[in-house]
Amino acid sequence: MQTTSDEVLIGRIAAGDKLAMQVLFARHHVRVYRFVLRFVGDPGRAEDLISEVFLDVWRQADKFEARSQVSTWLLAIARFKALSALRRRPDEELDDETAQAIEDQSDDPEVAMQKKDTGAILRQCMTKLSAEHREIIDLVYYHEKSVEEVAKIVGVPENTVKTRMFYARKRLGELLKAAGVERGWP
Amino acid sequence: MNTNTKIKATEREEIESLLPWHAAGTLSRREAQKVEQALAEDAELAAQFETIREDLAETIVANESLGAPSARAMQKLMADIEADASTARRASTNFSLGEWLSDKLSAFSPRTLAWSASAAALAIVLQAGLLAGMFVNERQGTSNFHTASVPKVETVSVGTYAMMSFAPDANVADVTKLLETYKIAVVEGPTGGGVYTVRLAMTGIPKEELSRLMKKLQDEKAVRFVGPKPTE
Repeated sequence: MQTTSDEVLIGRIAAGDKLAMQVLFARHHVRVYRFVLRFVGDPGRAEDLISEVFLDVWRQADKFEARSQVSTWLLAIARFKALSALRRRPDEELDDETAQAIEDQSDDPEVAMQKKDTGAILRQCMTKLSAEHREIIDLVYYHEKSVEEVAKIVGVPENTVKTRMFYARKRLGELLKAAGVERGWP
Repeated sequence: MNTNTKIKATEREEIESLLPWHAAGTLSRREAQKVEQALAEDAELAAQFETIREDLAETIVANESLGAPSARAMQKLMADIEADASTARRASTNFSLGEWLSDKLSAFSPRTLAWSASAAALAIVLQAGLLAGMFVNERQGTSNFHTASVPKVETVSVGTYAMMSFAPDANVADVTKLLETYKIAVVEGPTGGGVYTVRLAMTGIPKEELSRLMKKLQDEKAVRFVGPKPTE
């Protein structure tokens, strides 16, 4: 069965079709929510923000230029909303503490090491990355964004995207090494 | 370090920087082939690639463990939409270029006759007639209209086609000008969301030239979206 493309849905939304809005929301809201939650750390606040993201889509659908994927557009709006929300509450900066508050409940590296759970160690080390590095890893691995799309979402040149990803991986390798996991790189 | 070695080192760095995207499957086919070739020849790169695959798997696990929003998010959104000023504004806008084109095409051109690429057959181009009608029917009261041309039916079996939708704020004059400037014919449509099949040329267009034309069209104010027509 062929599903209606995101671009077609945006066209319908631009014409005022609320059902198309619901379809688009159903299709993307979980990933957008998780992306926003990584920034703000509060599930209730993340829910409010995704409503704002999709309300922006409702208002701006007629301006969507289809030069990027709809999901890329959504994440770019979501990122802007999340960072704006954090700026409104300067006490909640985009830092490791905020992110760690919502990370998975796996054991800390030492305990995980004793259990020889490399996956848990890896996830734990990811929580220790800077917000910038964690964001790019999420965008590339979880949100499946190309170099060009990440550049659009984050607002940096494509070469910066590649470099940032390289250093994120390097830092992750160092954290793993410190936790007793030697992977041979970096 | 000689020049060849320098080039090789630069190429290797470039390949290395692309490994995460190769693992996620988001590289172009050409880039993916280059990476695959390098991985087959370079054991150290291949080992790095394996660690990247582990990172990717655990990133997915970490994100999936974040849960999902409650139904409240959708309820809030729909309530906000109801209350939004743009919703009322949209409801009061009656004229729809898309609907108008759709009506005209369905009246003149049954789907079975309009387009059948698999049979390499007949496409009925109704643009001339459409444009004439457009001007007559555009917003009553403006009365600033004239007949652009007489209805004409022509048949084609080859050509270059694309999918196109028009900007929601484009009026009939904008669309007419666009179609005339680029000598574009509307062949069929719309599919959902106001996407039309248009003929860009009576003959095939070389890939690079087509790409340039698409880009130029995409920059036109009256065009919301233009893209290649999927192969049937």
